[in-house]
Amino acid sequence: MLSRTASGLFWLARYVERAENTARILLAGHRMAAMMRSLGVDSGEWRSAMIATGCEDGFAERAGGAAAESVINYMTRDPENSSSIISCIETARSNARAVRTAITSDMWDVLNETRHHLRTLTPDAFTPDRVPEFLEWTKQRSVLFNGTYETTMLRTDGYYFTRLGTFIERAESTARILDVKYHVLLPSHESVGGAVDYHQWRSVLAALSAVRAYQWIYQGRLRPDLIAELLILRREMPRSLHSCTAVIEATLDQIAAGYGGKRGECHRLAGELHAKLRYGRVLDIFQGGLHEFLTGFIDSGIHLGEEIAEFYMR
Amino acid sequence: MPRFFDEMTEATGDVSCPRPPYAEIARWLAETPSDLLGLKRRQAEEMFRRIGITFTVYSDEGGTERLIPFDIIPRVLSAQEWAVLSRGLAQRTKALNAFIADAYHDRDIIRAGRIPEALILRNAAFRPEMQGFDPPGGIYAHIAGIDLVRVGPDAFYVLEDNCRTPSGVSYMLENRETMMRLFPDMFARHRVAPVSSYPEDLLETLKSVAPPNCEQNPVVCVLTPGSLNSAYYEHAFLADEMGVELVEGADLVVTDNIAWLRTTEGRRRVDVIYRRVDDDFLDPLAFRPDSMLGTPGLFAAYRAGNLTLANAVGCGIADDKSVYPHVPEMIRFYLGEEPLLNNVPTHCCGDPNELRYVLEHLHELVVKEVHGSGGYGMLVGPHATAAQRADFAARLKAHPDAYIAQPTLALSTCPTFVDSGVAPRHVDLRPYVLSGKEVRITPGGLTRVALAEGSLVVNSSQGGGTKDTWVLEA
Repeated sequence: MLSRTASGLFWLARYVERAENTARILLAGHRMAAMMRSLGVDSGEWRSAMIATGCEDGFAERAGGAAAESVINYMTRDPENSSSIISCIETARSNARAVRTAITSDMWDVLNETRHHLRTLTPDAFTPDRVPEFLEWTKQRSVLFNGTYETTMLRTDGYYFTRLGTFIERAESTARILDVKYHVLLPSHESVGGAVDYHQWRSVLAALSAVRAYQWIYQGRLRPDLIAELLILRREMPRSLHSCTAVIEATLDQIAAGYGGKRGECHRLAGELHAKLRYGRVLDIFQGGLHEFLTGFIDSGIHLGEEIAEFYMR
Repeated sequence: MPRFFDEMTEATGDVSCPRPPYAEIARWLAETPSDLLGLKRRQAEEMFRRIGITFTVYSDEGGTERLIPFDIIPRVLSAQEWAVLSRGLAQRTKALNAFIADAYHDRDIIRAGRIPEALILRNAAFRPEMQGFDPPGGIYAHIAGIDLVRVGPDAFYVLEDNCRTPSGVSYMLENRETMMRLFPDMFARHRVAPVSSYPEDLLETLKSVAPPNCEQNPVVCVLTPGSLNSAYYEHAFLADEMGVELVEGADLVVTDNIAWLRTTEGRRRVDVIYRRVDDDFLDPLAFRPDSMLGTPGLFAAYRAGNLTLANAVGCGIADDKSVYPHVPEMIRFYLGEEPLLNNVPTHCCGDPNELRYVLEHLHELVVKEVHGSGGYGMLVGPHATAAQRADFAARLKAHPDAYIAQPTLALSTCPTFVDSGVAPRHVDLRPYVLSGKEVRITPGGLTRVALAEGSLVVNSSQGGGTKDTWVLEA
């Protein structure tokens, strides 16, 4: 397959996943903001949403002030922001158009219709009270796209590069969403483990559709260390870092197998990343600092992406 | 208002007495209520939208993707009509290829005094880099689109030759596909020559001109300027139908005069490139150095005989509007035959006598830019305002060489389903001629239709639509 085609499929899937995760982060921000308002505190949750998506700098230049409306606007429909949901969908579709011959017509239909619908939306669909509806729709479209390629693509290299894009982006997003908690402020009169702290953690879980999963596995009150364990180390949790890196390693192995077993630095790196998570302990992670661990993981993910590009896409 | 030859009713306009090829179409139109036609048209549009068969309009903000309007009433040619046309097309394409070869070699036709030397050497499309080079099989224009118009029962004219990168063939194929899905019973009532083998014919043609040193099954790819190009859909479609890679300039790399594809498994050698990128942008080392669309070294690989480009570099020398008036002479000179298809009488404004005539008769002529295409920058005298004519007269006087003029032809009409119902609209026809080891012509081609009442401009960029074209089998 052409290197450019592999790259196009990889980024197509990444951008769809990124749109979904921007929606998830905004939903978490939205929940936190509502909760904090009812508790009468301001913990800067909108700002934290910007930090988590890596959008803070660009946003400060463009809008300034982390009021709900301007954050939502910037992250959903600002064409200048390459991580806004609309930009992600546009980029995904133009990637799809550039690799038209490598995707199935069902995949094309989903992307085409998603973009078509986006273009019909009026500004009032993005007001703070109506935006959750749009964010839920975004999640559904991403789920539909993932299901579509899972069920329609041939199991050849094209499929594996697409899947690689999905899981590399998902791993990074889970790390970023978990890191939101580091950036939100705990007002000085609030204690760790108090009501505000509790609701912030709960919003993180909710953003990753993991509240039920937590209850199912731990059957108890929310505890930061267990939440971190669930989202980082648990193999059963489909968006956990462990889960994602397991898929990444296996997918890279499948690509190598299809190409006569040829392997490179990206394969070693993926294996190492997976092994660290497979055998890691939450105690050690907390001792080194959760934020530092997550930042380190995000950097490794970026490095892995570069190695994959180096080995297959140029 | 002159009477036009109508393909269904001749000039009578009497639908109860159609020409034989249209007998079934006339009956079908008579028995089908117009709301059903409207429904079918909406279904056709929906099918085109879903498969994403679009073209890009450059003048629109940011280059918008648009659908070309499709008309559901087919244009029909009888077996006899097609037999004459296809012989004429093969003859003309052979002569064009012979002319290009001659232009880049000994220029016998100039030495014989049959055409002026300046026509070749001072032509902007002339590529001195091609002189003395022999492309495989001596073929230059592997894919040619010859635009025809009809003015009477037996009167077809060639309006224009397209020897560079003629487009539209994907519409020919998708139009047929759509018609077969919408009107299966119509196909049961006619014996329509199939067009679906075009991609296979194209692939065979391309393989047949692989470089002589290519030992394995030739690796073919389609080179596109990219997804923002107006014909990108077609490039992707043809690559897909032929089962070959669709590549951009950056997907290719040339080392030691050999062209390679960059793939996930390393480099893979390429033998034949069906390129849809213009000469200027093909290779920044050989042509425009600022081109981001091409691949450095591609032309050197071509000249070294390690790669075939289809069409060849420099084909524009044969489809320039200033060369067009001389094509019948080329047929006589190279083939020793009389042309089977006629040219439209053409005035070259560079000649002072011709210019005077054109300026005096502007109200009845069509004036075209010699280097223009796609219906941009032309004047249709009878439909133009006095101010537009005055503007063109000034341009003609300033740059007479840059223009040709032709009589306004009474283009034939064909029944077309428009908002007011079924009505005659003007059409042309672009058949596609493939030249490799042998010449192959798909029966039919692309019929373009001017949807506005009375309009003679069929180009999609100017609001034209398309129709399925049926050649009936004897």
